[in-house]
Amino acid sequence: MRLRRTMLYLPGNNPNMLMRGHLFAPDGLILDLEDAVAVREKDAARILVRDVLKRGEFGSCEVTVRINGLDTEYWQEDLEALVPLGRLDGVRVPKVDDAATVKRLDEALSEIEEKAGIPVGRTKIFCLLETAKGIFNTYDIATASPRVAAVIPGGEDLTADLRTNRSPEGTELEGIRKSVIVAARAAGVDALDTVFPRITDDEGLKRETEFIKQLGFDGKSVIHPNQIPIIHEVFTPTEQEIERARKIVAAAKEAAERGLGAVQVDGRMVDAPVVKRALFTLTRAGLLEEGTQHA
Amino acid sequence: MPKNILGREIPEFIEGYGKTQPFMGANARKPEGNRAGPKLRATFSDRTSKLVPDLKAAIAASGLKSGMTVSFHHHLRNGDYVVNAVIDACAEMGIRDLTLFPTALFGVHKKLIEHIKSGVIRRIMGSVNGPIGQMVSEGGMDVPVVLRSHGGRPRAVVSGDVKIDVAFIAAPTADAYGNICGSQGKSSCGSLGYAFTDAMYADVVVAVTDNVVPFPAAPVSIPQFYVDIVTTMESIGDPAGIVSGTTRITRDPLRLLISKYASRLIEASPYFKDGISFQTGAGGISLAVTAYMKEAMKKRGIRGSYGLGGITGYFVDLLKEGYVEKLMDVQSFDLEAVKSIAENPNHIEISADWYANPWNAGTAVNMLDVVILGATEMDRDFNVNVNTEADGALLHGIGGHQDTAAGAKLTIISQPLLRGRIPCVVDQVYSVTTPGEVVDALVTEYGVTINPRRKDLIDACQAAGNVPLVSMDELIARAHEMCGPTDPVETEDRIIGVIEWRDGTVIDVVRQLKRK
Repeated sequence: MRLRRTMLYLPGNNPNMLMRGHLFAPDGLILDLEDAVAVREKDAARILVRDVLKRGEFGSCEVTVRINGLDTEYWQEDLEALVPLGRLDGVRVPKVDDAATVKRLDEALSEIEEKAGIPVGRTKIFCLLETAKGIFNTYDIATASPRVAAVIPGGEDLTADLRTNRSPEGTELEGIRKSVIVAARAAGVDALDTVFPRITDDEGLKRETEFIKQLGFDGKSVIHPNQIPIIHEVFTPTEQEIERARKIVAAAKEAAERGLGAVQVDGRMVDAPVVKRALFTLTRAGLLEEGTQHA
Repeated sequence: MPKNILGREIPEFIEGYGKTQPFMGANARKPEGNRAGPKLRATFSDRTSKLVPDLKAAIAASGLKSGMTVSFHHHLRNGDYVVNAVIDACAEMGIRDLTLFPTALFGVHKKLIEHIKSGVIRRIMGSVNGPIGQMVSEGGMDVPVVLRSHGGRPRAVVSGDVKIDVAFIAAPTADAYGNICGSQGKSSCGSLGYAFTDAMYADVVVAVTDNVVPFPAAPVSIPQFYVDIVTTMESIGDPAGIVSGTTRITRDPLRLLISKYASRLIEASPYFKDGISFQTGAGGISLAVTAYMKEAMKKRGIRGSYGLGGITGYFVDLLKEGYVEKLMDVQSFDLEAVKSIAENPNHIEISADWYANPWNAGTAVNMLDVVILGATEMDRDFNVNVNTEADGALLHGIGGHQDTAAGAKLTIISQPLLRGRIPCVVDQVYSVTTPGEVVDALVTEYGVTINPRRKDLIDACQAAGNVPLVSMDELIARAHEMCGPTDPVETEDRIIGVIEWRDGTVIDVVRQLKRK
């Protein structure tokens, strides 16, 4: 299971940021060809991002590109220039309204991957839901292709479409966040939260992150490197949580070896969901390697 | 041509400077003989006021003549009115061929260019930067400038290398009998540390103030028995340029990342324990390092002994909150520091001699555990350049760079790997300011690069497990890959600047830029 607590947007026209984004150690990077890049710079940014993908270093980050929307003339060129390099883990697609959009993208990716000799299906899809329609169709979108890795509710565009605006309390997004979580879990994909726009409001970011973590989100998009440690801290389990999770996993392992069903830890029944949650805690703490949690 | 121990070509004699002593190693040169002293003078009870009406009267009374050496301090920084006013007055009085011996010059002093061109100023011993630096670099002065550190300058005075004829001391507050106070008055600047040696060793000392108070002025920075003449100006400086407002910690993510790594290095070092002393300065990175260190000190229950150097409000908070016991302040950077030095007996005003002069019986930097410094360039041998830019032009003074590096047990240079497309690591620095033998580590956004002679630090960082180590070779290779090769600086043979090591030996020379 890949951690996606933070995915950092890097403007596709800023070589300085593109080269150094990984140094801030987010879980993922989003090289942005969409909103960060003016129309007359689309070609230049695509070339720059291509060169950075060819030569750059990204540490242990998951590397994605936000392509231009499928309602524009740029998205195919974006894919054709970047996917064949074999370096991309995924593409983030803006304004996904319905399952058909995902299917179109899936087909285009398969064609390019096949031509480039890359395993078909390797490039994952991260869906930005920036309209009421997109939110309404979340489950269908998330299940439209096995490539879909995450759904991400929008911020500004979405609230505009809802005929409201973003408030510091986030009242207008509360219902949306809850519905996205249910759909994402039902579809078996990650739910990633929208960006927190006030980059100097560390306290506000912490509060919002605690809130979305409690709702069940897996992480948040990030627009400034200084936001990364704050979000990671919220998502990092405490020493006590880790200790308890270790006990539960050990007890469950012992029970399985002895052929027992349920066991007790500190006087409480431990059943399958509790074990699952404990394994998840250890993963978030960076104490479990990918693929070992079901061993 | 003879070379010094670092392989730099230093002529035996430099026109306008004299015979050279090549740099032989950080602590190699031992002084001989006695201290130099100023002229004896007597003042009796028939003279109870030293006040004269204006600058010209003060200059006349001081006996200043063409060809003499005048000194100034830089505590009023970019707000200073005194240097320009004194030189303007000298020009009007027909005085020429002066040697200017400031502790530093700032942008506000670019007006001096006209006096250099007209021959009022013949020579500058001190840092030049900005427009004056560019002019000197292009050969605009007949005599090379001499760059000395904050400790090297008082050493030169005390040893007699430099004789100050008249010291003009900008005084935020003074009485008519010459007691000077730095922390009171509308132009207050806090510590007057850089002016102390000048007051003690100049033949004539003139206090220039815009706030005359009844005798005796207190608290006293420089006492009456050093001061010969007091005069007034309507204003000695612009408060907005003298001290900054509240110094804020940077929010630049790259600088914060570098600061975090630097702080982890300090935490991993053997010096991170009760009694730790440090100098971190006022730069963006340094202040953030201090903030991270404070967090770590809090977490591990560590209390420091003293903070040294240029003092900011952030250090004042450390003192108030008990993270350090004392502040030793040679220069106060902001209003909080000025206020604190006036009120808090644990905030001590020290002179440049006390701070950094290698030739006395023990200087403050010798007791320092950790210092964080900057650089424009650093090379494979960990030699550091702070004086010249990548294009070969004079850029910065030395400040306390050499002194704190030589004194501290852990000298850290913190710097982004790239400024624009200019890398901070190179095969060989263009000018050497501070030799690698006194530099322990470089911290960039790519991690911590430790001088291989500090095996103990490498081991400590590895044991700590959270300090990303990167070798100098790796770092230089990365810089080459990202920036490509740079054109070498093209120069004439003529030497326009002499960089002295703090002991008066010549560590490097700077040559005139070829016209493009």
